[in-house]
Amino acid sequence: MVDETVVAANADELRAAVWQRVQQARNVKRPHTLELVRAIATEVIELHGDRLFRDDPAIVGGFCRIDGRRAVFVGHQKGAETDENIRRNFGMPHPEGYRKQIRLCRLAERLGLPVVTFVDTPGAFPGPASEERGVAEAIARSIMVMTGLRTPIVTVITGEGGSGGALALAVGDVVLALENSIYSVISPEGAASILWRSAEYAQQAAVAMRLTAAEQLALGVIDEVVPEPEGGAHHNPDETARRLRARITAHLDTLAGRDRKVLVDARYARYRAMGEFAVVAPTGEPLPERPGFVERIRRLLVSGRAALVGESGLPSGPAEDEAEDEQQVGQDT
Amino acid sequence: MPIKLPFGGRREQHPTNLWTRCPDCGEMLYNKQLDKNQRICTRCGHHFRLRVDARIAQLLDRDSFKEQDAGLQSVDMLGFVDQKPYPERLDGARTATGIRDAALWGTGTIAGTKVALCVMDFAFMGGSMGTVVGEKVTRAAEHALEERLPLIVVSASGGARMQEGTLSLMQLAKTCAAVGRLADAGVPFISLLTDPTTGGVFASFAALGDVIVAEPKALIGFAGARVAAGTIAEQLPEGFQRAEFLFEHGFVDLVVARPKLRETLLGLLRYMRPTVHVDKAGGNGSSPIGRSPAFLESLIKREPAHG
Repeated sequence: MVDETVVAANADELRAAVWQRVQQARNVKRPHTLELVRAIATEVIELHGDRLFRDDPAIVGGFCRIDGRRAVFVGHQKGAETDENIRRNFGMPHPEGYRKQIRLCRLAERLGLPVVTFVDTPGAFPGPASEERGVAEAIARSIMVMTGLRTPIVTVITGEGGSGGALALAVGDVVLALENSIYSVISPEGAASILWRSAEYAQQAAVAMRLTAAEQLALGVIDEVVPEPEGGAHHNPDETARRLRARITAHLDTLAGRDRKVLVDARYARYRAMGEFAVVAPTGEPLPERPGFVERIRRLLVSGRAALVGESGLPSGPAEDEAEDEQQVGQDT
Repeated sequence: MPIKLPFGGRREQHPTNLWTRCPDCGEMLYNKQLDKNQRICTRCGHHFRLRVDARIAQLLDRDSFKEQDAGLQSVDMLGFVDQKPYPERLDGARTATGIRDAALWGTGTIAGTKVALCVMDFAFMGGSMGTVVGEKVTRAAEHALEERLPLIVVSASGGARMQEGTLSLMQLAKTCAAVGRLADAGVPFISLLTDPTTGGVFASFAALGDVIVAEPKALIGFAGARVAAGTIAEQLPEGFQRAEFLFEHGFVDLVVARPKLRETLLGLLRYMRPTVHVDKAGGNGSSPIGRSPAFLESLIKREPAHG
């Protein structure tokens, strides 16, 4: 499953093409949430504060009217230039941002208004202030509230979909993504520094994680890719907004007629089905105190001591055959 | 297995397997004695990480654990290759740990009280949550909901499993949705945080327990301490992201030493039994405020979304 919009003859070209998308998604000139909402909606009333601590400028939200439809919007907010970016903490929310989001979504639920979210963050802010005020709890609760919210939710990933800090705003009945947006479990730099032990491998990590919108569509994580104008969203923000408005209103109209319980159950089922696993025969035995015979042989092979296997008169075959048998038994049952 | 390999035997007799150095106080601890002491340093009380079988044995009544869905196994959905292909990493972890993935779930009893229990094991790829771990937590929660059993999840994880990409991230949503349903239905959920509980596991179900219990000095946080320090270049406060730090800031109910854990859970379970709403008008009684879904519906439908 490869991004089909990326035409690449070899690994280097693929890496370059994927990395270009990452840079597009992060481009500071790219239209951010407030800019998009103001272009999509005819009226915007921004609301502020989590009623607990403070107003987080990295998450914005409020009421808006999209082609006559009233809705509540919430989104990450990056800044257009340096000063604003510093004020907005580069779109990295503190816990109070997520608590503002919960407050606004609960309000939407009570008022019977649908929610539209815009996702664009490198991730939640990882500093001490954020940890002290429980950023993990805020994200977890936000995700939980969104999964059970009794009103329609349409989500758009507009730029960077960075990990849990993005997911908190990205639980929806329909998840759309702009063509040059990315969505990943950890930043490419973070993955590279953990798995390759150097941030220099960020481009390889970006390819391995399949973070482009087209690949996320193939994985079933998002439902629809919205094409951007030529040169990317920032070359023509109005056209980008027009395309988004058409898709958002279409989905809002479909979801509006749905029974609330059916809606929430379908959302539960959407996330319930994410990911795949195999079912093999359970061993039915308690955990072994130490690795069994087959596993010890295999461990030796892995540790590069294959020569010893010959000396002990055991062919290398049985270990693998036995493992395969076990798998097949599992598939039969 | 009766066949004894000469080299295998030699390796097991290597002295490094007999002794463990305490990372806190430096004491050399004899492994057998360490196991007998629930893997707590006899000198300074440092809690070593516990394997899943030892954890179950410590918390549940003897032989009461019945594992469910033992045959779930991770698959490589992305064709993920870093320095090693993901299937190789999985094989290596299975061989090294003797378990199929980083979590087990099943039912059992604590002093006769039946519970649904899910336990994570840090030894398997850092306890990372991919689809299988997410599935097991979810199935444990769904079983608890169906049978109206208290749910206990013991977390030990670095976070979401990178090798399954955003599908690991989606496990946060899956598990939060499942424990959300428990909360709505009045089925209690106790989250036990052990060293370490970070990243996507702490940012999902683990932070949502009705009661949250942590082991002393367990590392618990959103971002790894190195990430936080590296990104922010700030001096980190003393004891940052330790269980006691979270307790002080109001995110953990109790910090309990391992020998007292079973007793603590038992005490909590006496108060935390699944409730049945008696509000007759409420019909199935599954809504959060004991009101009927129809009542909530009427609230929601008061105003049309289009106007």
